[in-house]
Amino acid sequence: MANTYYLPSHEYARIDGNIAYVGITRYAASQLGNVVYVDMPEEGDDVAFGEEFGAIESVKAASDLFSPVTGAVIQPNLQLIDNPRLVSEDPEAAWIIKVELSAPLDLDKLLTEEQYQALIAQ
Amino acid sequence: MENLKKTCLHDRHEAMGALMSPFAGWHMPIQYAGIEEEHRAVRGGCGVFDVSHMGEVMVSGADAEAMVNDIFTNDVRDMPDGKILYGMMLREDGGVIDDLLVYKIAADKFLLVINAGNIDKDVDWIRSQAQGRDVVIDDLCDSTAQLAVQGPKASAVMSEVLGIACDSLDFYTFEVHDYEDEKILVSRTGYTGEDGFEVYASPRLIAAMWDRLMDSQCCLPCGLGCRDTLRFEAGLPLYGDELTELTTPLEAGLGMFVKMDKPSFIGKDALARQKAEGLQRKLVGLELLAPGIARHGYQVLDPDGNEIGVITTGYRSITLGKSIALAMIDSRFAPLDTLVQVQIRRKAVPATVIKKRFYQPRYKK
Repeated sequence: MANTYYLPSHEYARIDGNIAYVGITRYAASQLGNVVYVDMPEEGDDVAFGEEFGAIESVKAASDLFSPVTGAVIQPNLQLIDNPRLVSEDPEAAWIIKVELSAPLDLDKLLTEEQYQALIAQ
Repeated sequence: MENLKKTCLHDRHEAMGALMSPFAGWHMPIQYAGIEEEHRAVRGGCGVFDVSHMGEVMVSGADAEAMVNDIFTNDVRDMPDGKILYGMMLREDGGVIDDLLVYKIAADKFLLVINAGNIDKDVDWIRSQAQGRDVVIDDLCDSTAQLAVQGPKASAVMSEVLGIACDSLDFYTFEVHDYEDEKILVSRTGYTGEDGFEVYASPRLIAAMWDRLMDSQCCLPCGLGCRDTLRFEAGLPLYGDELTELTTPLEAGLGMFVKMDKPSFIGKDALARQKAEGLQRKLVGLELLAPGIARHGYQVLDPDGNEIGVITTGYRSITLGKSIALAMIDSRFAPLDTLVQVQIRRKAVPATVIKKRFYQPRYKK
C-alpha cells in the first residue's frame, strides 16, 4: 500500500517501497492557477529533505519546490516540459520527480494526510 | 490588510470571487477567471479594468502651464485642449519620480494622472514645486474613480453598453461627456497595447458603469495580473520595475518623451550630461533560448558569467508563447542579437537581445 506524506509547503511524497513520487498538492495547484513551466532536477541529481529542488511557475510568479524526501532522482517527469498544465489539471497524477530513497523518511517533520488536510482547512 | 485602501468597486470584486491582493497600498483584484483568459479577452475582444487606484491631480492657474512644463519631461506648450501627453517627472539627478499622463483641460488647467504607489510622494513633490507660483493644486485621488475599457471591441462596448459615443476620439485625446447629470472624462488611452478608453468619473457613477458592463456579458472583468502581462508585451514600462528613482528615462529607452529642446525642466541638466557621456545601462528585450522564465530581480550575465544587469520584468508571453523579459543591462551588451545569460535559480540560461516591443500595439491612430 502506498502512503502519502506532505510538507507544509504543499509538496507530497507518495511512497511505494523505496521509491517516492514527489509533486504538489491539489490545494497548491488550485492556488497557483495555470502552471506554465516546471523547473526540475535531472536524472541522477540528489535531493534532500527540506531543500529546494526546483520551481513551479504560474503566469505571475515562480514558487520554489522543496523535497519531502532524501535520495536520488531516478526520473524527472519530462511530460511536464511540453505540458506543464498537467500539474494544474491533475497534480496527483502529474508527479514531478521520482526519487530513490537513500535515507529514512523524516516522519517527525512530514505531515500525514490527516495533518495536511487540517493544515489547509485553517 | 487593515490599512489597505479600497476602490469603490472593492466589494463587487470580492463578491465576484476575484483573487485579491495588496498592490501599491490598495487591496486590488489580481484576476477573476484567470490571467490568461483575461489577457486573451483584451487582445481579441474587450476587457474592463478597475483602475480607480490611479491618482489624479489637477493643476490650475495662470502659472499652470509653466509649472507643469517645469516638472514634466514632455512639452505641454502649444498643446491643444483635449490632448494628452505621456512623460515623466524627474529629480534633479535625472532619476524618475514617476511616469504620468498630462491631460490639457484648458490653457490654465492640466490634469496629471499618476501611479497609485506614488500618490503621496508625487503630491508632496507637486505641491513643493507650486510654491511661489500662481497655481492651485487639487488632489482628486479620493473623489475620482477610473475604469479602463480595452481591446479591439472597446469602442463598440463603450457606445452599445455605456451609451458613450467616443469612436471619433483620436489616440491620446479626450472629451468631457455629460453622463447622468455628471461631467465625466473619456480618453482614448490605456496600458495594454490595444485600442481602448479610460473613463474618469465619481465613484458612484463608475460603480454604475461597472454593473452595466458586467450585466452586458460583452466584456470580461480583468485584474492587475493581465494588466501587467499586457503592458509588458507591448513594451510599456511599469514604475517600480523598469522605472525607479535610480533610473533615467534615457536608460529606459524613453527619450522620445523627453524634450531636450525645452528651455528647462527639472532633471534636464543631468540628462544632458548623461547623453554627452554616453549611457552606461540600457533597457533591452531578451528572449530566452532554453526553458525557464526570467523574473524581476534575476541577474543577467555575460557569456563568461560576469554580472551585467538585472531583469526588470519577465514572463512566458501569453500572446507570443515565448519566454521573454525586459532587462536593464550594461549598454555594451545592448545591441540586438547579443548573446547573454539569465541566472534562473541554479542555471544560467542563454538569452538573446531582441526588440523590447515584443507585441506590436494596435492603437487607433
